[in-house]
Amino acid sequence: MTSILEVRDLRVAYDTAAGPAQAVSHVSLDVAPGEFLAIVGESGCGKSTLLFAIAQLLTYPARLTGGSVLFGGVDFTSLDAETLRQSRWRDISVVMQSAMNALNPTLTIGAQLADVCRAHTDWDDRRIEQRCAEVLAMVSIDPVHLRSYPFQLSGGMRQRAMIAMALLLEPKLVIMDEPTSALDVVAQRSLMSQIEELRRRLGFAVLFVTHDMSVVSHFSDRLAVMYAGEVVELGATRAVFDEPRHPYARGLMDAFPSLLGERRPLTGIAGNPPSLVDPPRGCLFAPRCAHATDRCRSARPALVEADGRAVRCFLVNDEVDDG
Amino acid sequence: MGETILSVEHLSRHFRVGGFRSRGSLYATDDVSFDVASGEILALVGESGSGKSTIARVLAGLYPPTAGRVIFEGRPVGRRPGRAVRGRMPIVFQDPFGSINPVLRVGHSLDRSLTLHRRDLSRAQRHEEAVALVERVGLTPGADVLRRYPHELSGGQRQRLGFAQALASRPALILADEPVSMLDVSIRIGLLNVMGDLRDRDGVSLLYITHDLASARYVADRMIVLYAGRIVEEGLSEEVITTPRHPYTKLLMSTAPDPRLPLGDEVVADLGEPPKVIDPGPGCRFAPRCPLATEHCRTTTPTMVTVSATQRAACFAVRPE
Repeated sequence: MTSILEVRDLRVAYDTAAGPAQAVSHVSLDVAPGEFLAIVGESGCGKSTLLFAIAQLLTYPARLTGGSVLFGGVDFTSLDAETLRQSRWRDISVVMQSAMNALNPTLTIGAQLADVCRAHTDWDDRRIEQRCAEVLAMVSIDPVHLRSYPFQLSGGMRQRAMIAMALLLEPKLVIMDEPTSALDVVAQRSLMSQIEELRRRLGFAVLFVTHDMSVVSHFSDRLAVMYAGEVVELGATRAVFDEPRHPYARGLMDAFPSLLGERRPLTGIAGNPPSLVDPPRGCLFAPRCAHATDRCRSARPALVEADGRAVRCFLVNDEVDDG
Repeated sequence: MGETILSVEHLSRHFRVGGFRSRGSLYATDDVSFDVASGEILALVGESGSGKSTIARVLAGLYPPTAGRVIFEGRPVGRRPGRAVRGRMPIVFQDPFGSINPVLRVGHSLDRSLTLHRRDLSRAQRHEEAVALVERVGLTPGADVLRRYPHELSGGQRQRLGFAQALASRPALILADEPVSMLDVSIRIGLLNVMGDLRDRDGVSLLYITHDLASARYVADRMIVLYAGRIVEEGLSEEVITTPRHPYTKLLMSTAPDPRLPLGDEVVADLGEPPKVIDPGPGCRFAPRCPLATEHCRTTTPTMVTVSATQRAACFAVRPE
């Protein structure tokens, strides 16, 4: 097996007054070294919870109810806190959604970068400063900003500083939780190009979560579409965009207007996501699906893979069987 | 498209910022002029800090303008517009969770708008009208929706309710301030369709404020592109999208992702750093980021150049046709 990350049958529940809400159910994913895997879905689909579960950052009321997260063959879910601590930043680093909240407002950028180095290496001060300046330059920030405070940087620069921090110790996997969602289009594009360029140069893998799939459409190798805590479709990004198979993925692709393509009426997807405390018995998308049959409403479909594409839908998978 | 119902003339809104020693003025909206015709959707497109929401808020009477004037339905609007004007030009806010009173039933809020703005209706007529309003924006069955509390509605449903509330006062123009940006992708298009339908069936005009060029193109007849508080380009939506003339519009077009098309080959060197809007001084606001900028651009403020009968751009590099 060549994957650096193997997520197997992962399940996460949130304890609520009405009972446990299954935020992530039976998710299995592999990430190959240097691969860019994007996870897209709407709010409440469990995409951020999945990232937190992979990075072992879940806190009450969320808890892991099953499954495993294998990183380089080691199961993260069974590690003690100290072993995990050593692995963070060095093997896996996480870039949070809001850089403004993730950075400490009372410390300079340099102090926060140096903090990571001191906690994980035995480098001397000169080496630390040199490395911090180096990673800032990598994300197009002038090293004079080592002495700047977060409020002195623009939103785009703060987000790039967070990425610089994630790259300090050259991890094999960088997990990103909607790093571009607070940015303007121009800054967004610049950040995505930069991530892509660094990934090519340094060879780390990226696990990228976003609600806006147009952001990753040109950058990710593979795309996983999540709905109500499940992966409903997984395949090569271009192929999923060009020919989505799951009815939800198809609806999603048909829900945003094109900037330069044909100008035509669109419909979106009617209805709302199901309750995760008391989910429907059958397919979770069946209540909103225009093609749902009695079988869809009574049994839960499995994620079935065929020619490099995995889809969780009876209608699609039956066709595969027949063909 | 009908006659002009809203004229905005040289509108500016500045904010005092900074402390005792570093007092400055933030030029949120600076010398902005445009017209809205009846039965038209005009999109104000810009990134954060471009002044688009400030314009909506000045028009809604939430802030008085620093300079300039607004003429609505033939009459100048005062610094504090009265109820009649606010009823004819209501605003729908961005945040569907913060703009509806959570402790009142949906029906109560709507009934209040109707009581204030439609004095001629009896109690029974108001209920009938409220049902018709929520059904008009796709919330059915209306009578059932009116009995619910806001927390029982999803974000998309609340935003539809926002439009129903705006419709209660029989508006000529609805100010829609990023009405879909907080909604999920699959819900957005339904609301954009509601907006288009209000224009087509009821002849209501809309000022659609957005940062999303693709949605502006989808629903708006014309669009205005704002940068750092100023208009940089205006024209028919299709015209601005297919033949952008201002370097900023071109930059936006080249960076906005469209998954249906291959990624452009051009390397985008721009890091997306925001413009200076505190005491900016003369000259084109976009000049520090503009690949075409000359000395002239940095010292003189460009005026709008007519490109076609409908398209204009504020740039010295644009040649009139």
